[in-house]
Amino acid sequence: MRALDLDYMLGLVPVILGYVPLTLFMAAVAMVCALILASLLAVERVVRVPGLDWLVILFISFFRGTPLLVQLFLFYYGLPQVVSVLTQINGVTAAIMGLTLHFAAYMAEAIRAAITGVDRSQWEAAQSIGMTQGQMMRRIVLPQAARIAAPTLVNYFIDMIKGTSLAFTLGVTEMMGATQKEASGSFLYFEAFLVVAVIYWIIVEVLSQGQKQLETRLGRAFAR
Amino acid sequence: MIRVRGLTKRFGTTTVLDDIDLDIADGERVVVIGPSGTGKSTLLRCLNFLDRPEAGRIEIGSVSVDAARAGRRDILALRRATSFVFQNYALFANRTAKENIMEALVTVQGRSKAEAEARAMEVLGETGLADKADSYPAALSGGQQQRVGIGRAMAIGAELMLFDEPTSALDPEWVGEVLDLMRRVAERRQTMLIVTHEMSFAREIADRILFMDGGRIVEQGPPADLLSSPRDERLQRFLRRVG
Repeated sequence: MRALDLDYMLGLVPVILGYVPLTLFMAAVAMVCALILASLLAVERVVRVPGLDWLVILFISFFRGTPLLVQLFLFYYGLPQVVSVLTQINGVTAAIMGLTLHFAAYMAEAIRAAITGVDRSQWEAAQSIGMTQGQMMRRIVLPQAARIAAPTLVNYFIDMIKGTSLAFTLGVTEMMGATQKEASGSFLYFEAFLVVAVIYWIIVEVLSQGQKQLETRLGRAFAR
Repeated sequence: MIRVRGLTKRFGTTTVLDDIDLDIADGERVVVIGPSGTGKSTLLRCLNFLDRPEAGRIEIGSVSVDAARAGRRDILALRRATSFVFQNYALFANRTAKENIMEALVTVQGRSKAEAEARAMEVLGETGLADKADSYPAALSGGQQQRVGIGRAMAIGAELMLFDEPTSALDPEWVGEVLDLMRRVAERRQTMLIVTHEMSFAREIADRILFMDGGRIVEQGPPADLLSSPRDERLQRFLRRVG
């Protein structure tokens, strides 16, 4: 057993912090895209558009049923061989695409369950005043489902932030990639990966604080 | 003018509404009474397609819909010609009292926010809840929620207002204030179709009472006649029971 090289670790912190924006960028873009896609998928699963339903079921099944890493490799290394326009795709884009589709599949199920959890009377009230189905979903049902789904969705977001580390396998130099490079220069693997682990941890903890605020905000209408 | 012909609704093999004919004149206030499970609520729910009838024709003002082949547009048109007050209030839980009333005006009728807000505040004033404009339903009592529910239905300015047992879910202490508000709506000669178990209220405000049993309108007439000299034996039995 040897002592940790603290100076090396401290020196590494600013280097890795420099890649935090890229990690957050990938996670944020993927989260927004995944939320939109998941909402569409979830609404479809609830209202069951004939002819579309099986496609959505297949989509969710595939992206939940296969590892994220495999999906990323499929997009980045595999698809460009088959579809020529995708040869231009860079690692960051491929990672965002993969994270979006993968997590949309999970989040769709969470949102679908939340939609079903919205009281039936809310649907009927919306229908009774002559709202179209789209208006009812957008203005009444989804906002209430968001409150029910929020804790689960934040969990997926956390998972997604950590999932961005897989982008390093697509040659993207993000937090994990940068750490790997540093470590292979210094051979201080334990120190390097410990630093990056702690930085991920802190990011997630900061976000968990935001979760409480988000839940208070979404629950505001329901406070007595 | 409301004209219903041959309205029929089945749940599975049970016929809940059996070939109902009903005319309601403009400004007429009609109360539906009868034992539970006789299709009173279903009649109201079918009139705006919260339940889809299997057959029949519904005409409300200029909207005319053949139930058997009603499409999405017909259903929306019918719903926009009616407004509905629910037994359990069914206020939008994510909207304040004011926003509950504004919702239909902005989203469905396409009025401006400012116009809708002015109208909502006017209606809240009439319901005596102006000071609760920014409260969410969860923070309101049952009676207050139902008054907002009635306000929401009033603001729409629908041809026909439907009330589905509006006081049945209320604690007794809140029933009076809700009936008061309905009285005021009735005084304006708003066309109303009300399902209620409040017999004295029915006697007081109804132009006509319908007695339903087994999915049919068994007997109807002005409250004085119908309640004091009921002809049908089922109505006699019902009136004895409700006192």
